[in-house]
Amino acid sequence: MVDLGVDVGSLKLKNPIMPASGTFSEELADVFDLDLIGAHVTKTITRGLRDGNPTPRVCEVSGSMLNSIGIPSKGVGYFIEKVVPFYQQYKTPLVVSISGNTADEFATLCSEVTVEGVDAIEVNISCPNIEEDGKAFAIRPSSTYDVMCKLRQATHLPLWAKLTPNTGETPEVARAAEEGGADALVVANTILAMAIDIRTRKPKLGNLMGGLSGPSLKPIALRMAYQCARATNIPVIGCGGISNAEDVLEFLIAGATAVQVGTATFIDPAIMPKIVTDLEALLASGGYSSVRDVIGSVIDEEQDPGVVFMEAAP
Amino acid sequence: MNAVVRSSALEPTNPVAFERDLPVISNEPVNGEYRLMILSAPVELLEQCHAGQFFHLLCPQIGGETPYLRRPMSIYGFYPEKGELHFLYKVTGEGTRALSHLKTGDTLNVLGPLGRGFTIEDDWDHLVLVARGVGLATLAPLALEAKRLGRKLTAICSARSADVLMSVEYFEALGARVITVTDTDGTSSIENLEAVIEQLVALDGVDAFYTCGSNRILRLLQKIGERHDIPGEIALEQQMACGLGMCHCCVRPFRKDGGQVNLRVCREGPVFDMQEAMPW
Repeated sequence: MVDLGVDVGSLKLKNPIMPASGTFSEELADVFDLDLIGAHVTKTITRGLRDGNPTPRVCEVSGSMLNSIGIPSKGVGYFIEKVVPFYQQYKTPLVVSISGNTADEFATLCSEVTVEGVDAIEVNISCPNIEEDGKAFAIRPSSTYDVMCKLRQATHLPLWAKLTPNTGETPEVARAAEEGGADALVVANTILAMAIDIRTRKPKLGNLMGGLSGPSLKPIALRMAYQCARATNIPVIGCGGISNAEDVLEFLIAGATAVQVGTATFIDPAIMPKIVTDLEALLASGGYSSVRDVIGSVIDEEQDPGVVFMEAAP
Repeated sequence: MNAVVRSSALEPTNPVAFERDLPVISNEPVNGEYRLMILSAPVELLEQCHAGQFFHLLCPQIGGETPYLRRPMSIYGFYPEKGELHFLYKVTGEGTRALSHLKTGDTLNVLGPLGRGFTIEDDWDHLVLVARGVGLATLAPLALEAKRLGRKLTAICSARSADVLMSVEYFEALGARVITVTDTDGTSSIENLEAVIEQLVALDGVDAFYTCGSNRILRLLQKIGERHDIPGEIALEQQMACGLGMCHCCVRPFRKDGGQVNLRVCREGPVFDMQEAMPW
């Protein structure tokens, strides 16, 4: 028996496997017992109603996918009346993902979802900030720090900041989130990308550009998870292209305390509980008694910090 | 590590969607354009199926093809009594090209049945389906269900030419009346279709219309349905990722309560009320 339990700050998880926001919902209960995974993470909600982006909202690129869904949301009222009670039938912690157009709107929503039944709030600061010309809060350390300070004042619940790969300042943004009051970092979100149909010469997504996810994102997310674990003293939750137990182990070794599985669920809807079983077997075969023993066990002590935090390719 | 976990061990007690590797019984061309794939399926899966629902297929990475996401495909036929699940498809892209390489004895991973199928109300005695080309594949199991329920069915099949008319024999074998219209003999125009359907309404009475695939046919049936207060349903398509309702990729707009709402084709559909559907 391998102990798969991990602590993300004050939140205890029975195993380190949870869904990435937007790739999980109540409907997955049709496929497997939702109490088999470490946490439940909702699709991002906004305060008001949102329709989302024009279709097509998804397309395939070699071995990965692009999406531009645009955070359709039924609003905070529906969420508190319908979604939270659904998840209360499970023992697994509920993490609510939220987003806002401005720091103040974000903070108001953060306070509104601080309710019984919610165990942590994932703040999607990778979304565009209309006060910063549409640039995501988490592109710059200053806007990251400002929004995190406001969010911190809005709730007593653990705050997980979801970072974006669309920045050239990953360690600085990670530290800004920590200083602003984040209890953990989710690293990372999709990376801005594009695909064009060469016959019609039209972009393959209705929104022209979208986020790349799936296996081709994994090395980028892994690099960022490693940098964030080195740059801060708060737990890192790895996210990006994770499809099997080996991928999970790679993120844990890099310094992640837990991981989120996203696009892989679209290929195999029961992949998360399968990964839990496989991870236990993989750790047992490596002689580990606890998953905690592998976290941050990467052998990198010979390297100069300048290499660890480099932003340009060598 | 090769510990393969059977998803059945992880399933909730009463799953409504199954993820299974199903053996291929056959996978052969039925004419120049279409192929019929017959899978061997367990009875508990087939008993969950309804006409109009779909399966999300994990197309194999074989023959040099590397499809990644699953592909939604409507059920062509389901036969609990002989343990068979049928799909009719046209090779159009990477996913269907990969499917065409499957041979007897190979397996295909399927997820389903998914979505909401066709409604046949108890007092609907004469059902009329109108479709064109491969759209008829989606409507074929409706004929099967109509036969099982003892309802009268008229199938109006439209195609480019007589030799690609799909499913005529299939519908006739199920006791349906079949009316064919084609581009080559000039009978498939909307004007002629309208005359044919109006005659059906006048002579036999029609309780419900069913269609899929064609914008022009949708507009026509909406008009005729409204004129005579005849309900109808349409099966729609959209690019999908998850197939279960999680990702909201596959939405389409619908008229509802005086406004317009986005609904998920995979979850609220793929079959929708015909008057709420919006031409595209």
